[in-house]
Amino acid sequence: MIRLKVNGQEKTFDGDPEMPLLWYLRDVAGMTGTKFGCGMSLCGACTVHRNGEAIRSCSTTMKEAAGSDITTIEGIAPMHPVQKAWMEIRVPQCGYCQTGQIMQAIALLKENKHPSDQDIDTAMSGNLCRCGTYQRIRAAIHQAAKELA
Amino acid sequence: MKLIENVSRRGFLQGALASGVFVLSARLVPQPLWAAEDEAAAAPFDPSMWMSIASDGTVTIVAHRSEMGCGSRTALPLVVADELDADWTRVRIEQATGDPKYGDQDTDGSHSVKGSFDLMRQVGGTGRAMLLSAAAAQWNVPAKDCSTEPHFVIHKASGRKLGYGELAAAASKLPVPKQEDLQMKTRAEWRYIGKESNALFDLPDIVTGKAIFGMDATMPGMVYASIEHPPVLGQKIKSLDDKAALKVAGVHKTITIDTVEPPHAFKPLGGVAVIADNTWAAFSGRKQLKIEWGSSPHSTYNSAEFRKTLEATSRQPGKVVRNVGDVDAAFAKGGKIVEAEYYTPHLAHAAMEPEVAVAEYRDGKVVAWAPTQNPQAVQETIAGVLGIKKEDITCHVTLLGGGFGRKSKPDQVAEAAVLSKQLGKPVKVVWTREDDIKFDYFHSVAAMYMKAAIGANGKPTAWLQRTTYPPINSTFDGKSTYAEDEMGLGWNNLPFDIPNHRAENGPADYHVRIGWLRSVANVYHAFAIHSFADELANHAKRDSVEYLLDLIGPARIVDLGAKGDDAEEARKYPLDTARLRRVVEIAAEKSGWGKKPMGKGRGMGIAAHRSFLTYVATVVEVEVDAKGQVHIPNVWTAVDAGIIVSPDNIRNQFEGAAVFGTSLALFSEITATKGVIDQSNFQNYQLAHINRAPKHVDVHIVDSDAPPAGVGEPGVPPVAPAILNAVFAATGKRVRELPLSKTKLA
Repeated sequence: MIRLKVNGQEKTFDGDPEMPLLWYLRDVAGMTGTKFGCGMSLCGACTVHRNGEAIRSCSTTMKEAAGSDITTIEGIAPMHPVQKAWMEIRVPQCGYCQTGQIMQAIALLKENKHPSDQDIDTAMSGNLCRCGTYQRIRAAIHQAAKELA
Repeated sequence: MKLIENVSRRGFLQGALASGVFVLSARLVPQPLWAAEDEAAAAPFDPSMWMSIASDGTVTIVAHRSEMGCGSRTALPLVVADELDADWTRVRIEQATGDPKYGDQDTDGSHSVKGSFDLMRQVGGTGRAMLLSAAAAQWNVPAKDCSTEPHFVIHKASGRKLGYGELAAAASKLPVPKQEDLQMKTRAEWRYIGKESNALFDLPDIVTGKAIFGMDATMPGMVYASIEHPPVLGQKIKSLDDKAALKVAGVHKTITIDTVEPPHAFKPLGGVAVIADNTWAAFSGRKQLKIEWGSSPHSTYNSAEFRKTLEATSRQPGKVVRNVGDVDAAFAKGGKIVEAEYYTPHLAHAAMEPEVAVAEYRDGKVVAWAPTQNPQAVQETIAGVLGIKKEDITCHVTLLGGGFGRKSKPDQVAEAAVLSKQLGKPVKVVWTREDDIKFDYFHSVAAMYMKAAIGANGKPTAWLQRTTYPPINSTFDGKSTYAEDEMGLGWNNLPFDIPNHRAENGPADYHVRIGWLRSVANVYHAFAIHSFADELANHAKRDSVEYLLDLIGPARIVDLGAKGDDAEEARKYPLDTARLRRVVEIAAEKSGWGKKPMGKGRGMGIAAHRSFLTYVATVVEVEVDAKGQVHIPNVWTAVDAGIIVSPDNIRNQFEGAAVFGTSLALFSEITATKGVIDQSNFQNYQLAHINRAPKHVDVHIVDSDAPPAGVGEPGVPPVAPAILNAVFAATGKRVRELPLSKTKLA
């Protein structure tokens, strides 16, 4: 029996311990804000926080997630300053990758209160957006940083 | 031909609009734009419902187009709301299911706003006129003395006002005014159309993770399926051993789907489906399948050899698709001749959301939820595959996690329906990224040959262009080798002022499913034309912008000799070189072209291309570092798309197009070896990440009164040639094939 916390709630899981956290969240726990994009940590659509750090849930097994504190987009209080900045800058086009982008950005701003363009590009370089909203993502992170300061 | 109807009291109202007291519909005869839409044209007499007002004032507007990130689902209801003079915060949007009564629903070809703008205005304007009449009757004053402010009719003289909800019941009993009597708003009166305040309707749901994409759709009691498709198109199963797969926890069974016979259209590819309790179990079970595949005529497909065939074909005379003057006579005169060949590879769409669908077959009927650009194609495809009536298929449209043309091809929805019929329960088919990359409807590989005779001032006296690629039609007829619709996508409509010009197309056989990808054939056509134009400017030792303007020539309407439907479109949207010149001039000016000092390894390039009736010029600045890596600090794009609905969203589309264009110019390539696609996921099918994308994209929208044109696609074509022209300016190296990453710059 695997125990973990998701968005502050205690959860147990007795299925395949090799199941990635992503599919547990989506298919078992019914939380679909975390997205499937590549299954290999190549796109960042599945980004969640484990004990406050951004991880790729598609490549984190339930065995590895056991005992940890997971936060998904559903556990981020709307409107977090990052979400607010995403709204104001109107970052999204299709929106599919954006929850992963937001989770990655929140983790970045926790570590680095005033990221430079270079810091942002480094931290966000694992999160693909096929619509190409990168310029707005960068602007929104700067704006959220200001609000969080 | 459109006729708005008041259907408020009709018994057949169902669904979202049924709660409305006042409901307007429109009979419409859609204009067929692509072949599949003939079906829609055949059923014009079923009234389609667009808008309702409930007694609490809630306005519900139907979005009949899909939302894949371009903003159609927001833009069209905004137009209705504007003419209705509704308060946008009190508008709900209801996504239409697939139904011919809505006319063409294929969210493709950048034509959502272009094709529905007038109708949406009429729907809203009719509603506003009837609300005005209802209020006037209640107050016993002439309707002309009444006016509206958002969600209210007001009578200024007496200071009275009534809300739309209060008026809905009375309005519903009124006859519909004649279209010619409608007082549509003037452009100055628009509250939403063209305004900066417009944001995507779904924005709050997107940033909070509540938005429902196809990947998020569920049905009670559904099972999950992952399908092992034939590695080579057309391969059949020789033997299957599924014992190990069935031992995987959570796996129920396997189901074999027959391998598709050409024409492939949108039919399931075939293969072995693993049915399971959840997505992961289905994926895991699939990995344990042991399948021996038979042979296929496409097992000989090798990209390197195929390239040679395409290039050889393009060197030979092809089918003439446009002829002006006599290029042969001009070439025979001798003088300076310039020739060049260009090559672009297959591309995959790689939308962030892989193909996915949920479907349930029950009692001869199918209900599907899918992220589809074309719910009517879902109906047609499933009807064909299962032998049931189109009317018995309900296709709900979720948000799309990107589309780029891939999601107007609903093969995965048909897979879900086929499996559901066999299983007797709802099935969710989930494609992996590997499935998405390997089993795409690929953007075609293409080879172009260009030849020009150079006159005294370095300007061509003759321009010959040949293009060869397996055409999209091969997917639908199994045999086409010459392109058709692709010719209108930047090939038979060169807007240059050259006395002798011939455009040709050579034949090529298909070996994979060929499809359309954002801006389609414009990608390779614009790449060849605008690389070649820049080469000629360089041969002439002239400035690229000045030379391009000279090529475009004086302001005029270019006669393309259009016939039939094309002629009607050409009258409404003539190819106007004044508009093309203007975007070139603006992009050059904004970029500081010719004024900004370019240091070592830096350079600027330009390309200007009209596609989807929109004029776009793009200047790219590149920096090539000591390792030969290309960085793009700046892109400037000028756009004339006619009247626009949401300017900020349009900037977002063109910012994104610069990134999409960068991906295909620098990184992306699909190749095949013995018929098997070599790429599989983002490690080998590469896209621009934030650190390799253009750092800053400046989009300038030209203010225009011209009818609305496309915005989703036309930003893409100029990007690759502008990048490669900039690389030439920076390094002196002319690269004639994509992606650039295959060529060493240092």
